[in-house]
Amino acid sequence: MEIIKPAVQFLAVMLLSPLLLGVINRVKAFFAGRRGQPLMQLYFELFKLFQKTPVYSRTTTWVFRAGPVIGVSAMVTALAILPFAGRPSFLAFDGDFIFLIYLLGLARFATVLAALDTGSAFEGMGASREMQFAVFSEPAFFLGLAALARATGQSSLAGMFGVLTGDLWRTAAPVLALLTASFFIVLLAENSRVPADDPNTHLELTMIHEVMVLDHSGPELAYILYGAALKLWFFGSLIACMVLPRHSGSWASDSGLFLLAMFVVAAAVGVTESVLARLRLTKVPYMLITAFAFSALALIFQVGR
Amino acid sequence: MRTEHLSGFDFGATDLDAGIFFETAASRLAAGGRAVAYFAIPEDGAFRLVMAVAFDRDGRLEVYSSALAGPFRSLTPSFPQLHLFEREIYEVSGLKPLGHPWLKPIRFNTPGAVPGVAEFFTVHGSQVHEVAVGPVHAGVIEPGHFRFQCHGEHVFHLEIMLGYQHRGVEKKFIGAPDARSIHYAETLAGDTTIGHTWAYCGAVEALAGVNVSARAQTLRGVMLELERLANHTGDLGALAGDVAYLPTSSFCGRLRGDFLNMTALICGNRFGRNMLKPGGVNFDLDYALIKELKLRLDNTYRDVESAVSLLWETSSVTDRFEGTGVLAKEAAEGLGIVGPAARASGVGLDTRRNFSCGPYERFTMAVSGSGDVYSRAYVRWVEIQRSAELIGGWLDALPEGPVEAECGEFKPDSAAVSLVEGWRGQICHFAVTGPDGKFRHYKIVDPSFHNWQALAMTLRNGEISDFPLCNKSFNLSYCGRDL
Repeated sequence: MEIIKPAVQFLAVMLLSPLLLGVINRVKAFFAGRRGQPLMQLYFELFKLFQKTPVYSRTTTWVFRAGPVIGVSAMVTALAILPFAGRPSFLAFDGDFIFLIYLLGLARFATVLAALDTGSAFEGMGASREMQFAVFSEPAFFLGLAALARATGQSSLAGMFGVLTGDLWRTAAPVLALLTASFFIVLLAENSRVPADDPNTHLELTMIHEVMVLDHSGPELAYILYGAALKLWFFGSLIACMVLPRHSGSWASDSGLFLLAMFVVAAAVGVTESVLARLRLTKVPYMLITAFAFSALALIFQVGR
Repeated sequence: MRTEHLSGFDFGATDLDAGIFFETAASRLAAGGRAVAYFAIPEDGAFRLVMAVAFDRDGRLEVYSSALAGPFRSLTPSFPQLHLFEREIYEVSGLKPLGHPWLKPIRFNTPGAVPGVAEFFTVHGSQVHEVAVGPVHAGVIEPGHFRFQCHGEHVFHLEIMLGYQHRGVEKKFIGAPDARSIHYAETLAGDTTIGHTWAYCGAVEALAGVNVSARAQTLRGVMLELERLANHTGDLGALAGDVAYLPTSSFCGRLRGDFLNMTALICGNRFGRNMLKPGGVNFDLDYALIKELKLRLDNTYRDVESAVSLLWETSSVTDRFEGTGVLAKEAAEGLGIVGPAARASGVGLDTRRNFSCGPYERFTMAVSGSGDVYSRAYVRWVEIQRSAELIGGWLDALPEGPVEAECGEFKPDSAAVSLVEGWRGQICHFAVTGPDGKFRHYKIVDPSFHNWQALAMTLRNGEISDFPLCNKSFNLSYCGRDL
């Protein structure tokens, strides 16, 4: 079994994922007629935060401190499973997509518990919103992966994306298109992007994800920011693999193309954020139910194919 | 153009017997009057209550006063618009309005009072929770405390507690005018410099019996409308920013600066300080400046038009604005709301129309009916169009003449009420002179004083996540209300 290439892939993911947010921000700045922050801004911020000493509220317990660590660990593990450019990673195994969804659930659970541990009204509100929307986004995502497993006849992510080629797009285009749309909506909601959430707002009362992490500081805030970047990479790479199913046999060219696709996905997120206003909070579930409907429809099409 | 001075009046003539005072006030308010000012003046060891009632449709203003030494009858239960006025009277004079439903400090300026330390309205019940926001906020804004009674995302009640910005600026006018007075007027609310300074100058000119030339009046109009343009443009950008709609948000932020720079081009200050003075203005426009202003106005207005029209064309934005934070017309009238917020709820109240003077002849106001955030945004846009049109017209045909006149001594024992439609709404300055011909009392009512209660009402039975958007759609002043 090859070890060098998966290791290089994993390292690349760990190093490059903060760059996606830089791309999104630059695209948004372009639409706003500004120059925007540096592409590497998140790296600078992580570097700065790691040098700081965290501050803890006296009302918090170990639960609060454990949240960011569990969150970032779950995401690192998830990315060790996720295929890179349709090639298997370290930990790929049969049925790993179910494990992945539980890892995401664990990360969310830890973040929410840490938020509730502060006893702040804001953070409690954010935690409640996060869980409320997860109820809608998780089934959409799970059902989408099930449809993909069915379409490709594989039960591991690496298998699914290994089988997923241009040929499959010719025979099962509706299924794949619906799944791509569904995953994109889930990406926006899960990564607190517009129109589900506004990552740039400073208004606590309207936040979803950001408000849960208000009390974290220093390296723990860095874990949270880094975990968010990894999560964006996670969903982005699913979409990149869906729309660019290219297996030329050359590892280098496939990987290069995959990275390019990742940045296109990031740019697409930036464009979406620029042309849409944020949804009213009560309407976010409608958007996620749409994603669920796309996934369900894909599954039905696939079963009937 | 009407340029004859709005004269002051004999203050003694407003005196009524206490019983008749309250009867008259109640009947005049019931007849459709709107209290523009209601306050207590210290007099011979006791106090004198003064109320100015405006009948907007007729453009008529009535003033009553009455000497009072003890508790008095609260009119708030019948006329909620007096709610804050009576609390203010109680705080300033200690005269208790009997039967006032929610008597608590508003500025915490009495000895021993600590801002924010007071009883709050609470809702009890399982799962009902309280969310407290401020007075320290995440953004760089003024301090204010907001307390929500919520059930999940649903808001039962919002109580707004201000007073952190109290400076005691009204007292500084007593014994004035002196060299400082105009600068206090300019900084009553920093973003309404022209509006407040004009109101101050109006009161001074009425008391001194000075006529302001048509040219100076028109220049004041140019400044006031530029202030309105800058603030309305900034507000529309901020509204777009609150719903995370980038293009309008960032363009309007820049364009607001362009309007401020036009103000600076005229008087050297972006907020219009040092432009107005009693009797006229400090700076005149020459031909080259007029040409430059017209060019800049045309360019900036065109940019604003394209940035703002994106708001109405983007369905995700209109969906977010429509039906959010509705203020019913009855509530707006009952609470005595002023400015674009009132006009957005269908209340036909605009000082430029109802009490038109100076350059505002044949002014038509912008009224919209739905009372939601969309309506408040749209009224602002229509007013931007009007203001740009007005400035363009005035610059084309600026009356000839001097721009200043000498202001003499004040008439003793007189009073003057000065009303100006600032960008946020009607500004009222009520000046009373003593026997020495100096200010005996100076009362300022910023539009925010009326309108904060409207913000609290729009949140009732709304979503807590809509609060920032509703707040921005009113964009009220903290320091203007706290003074």
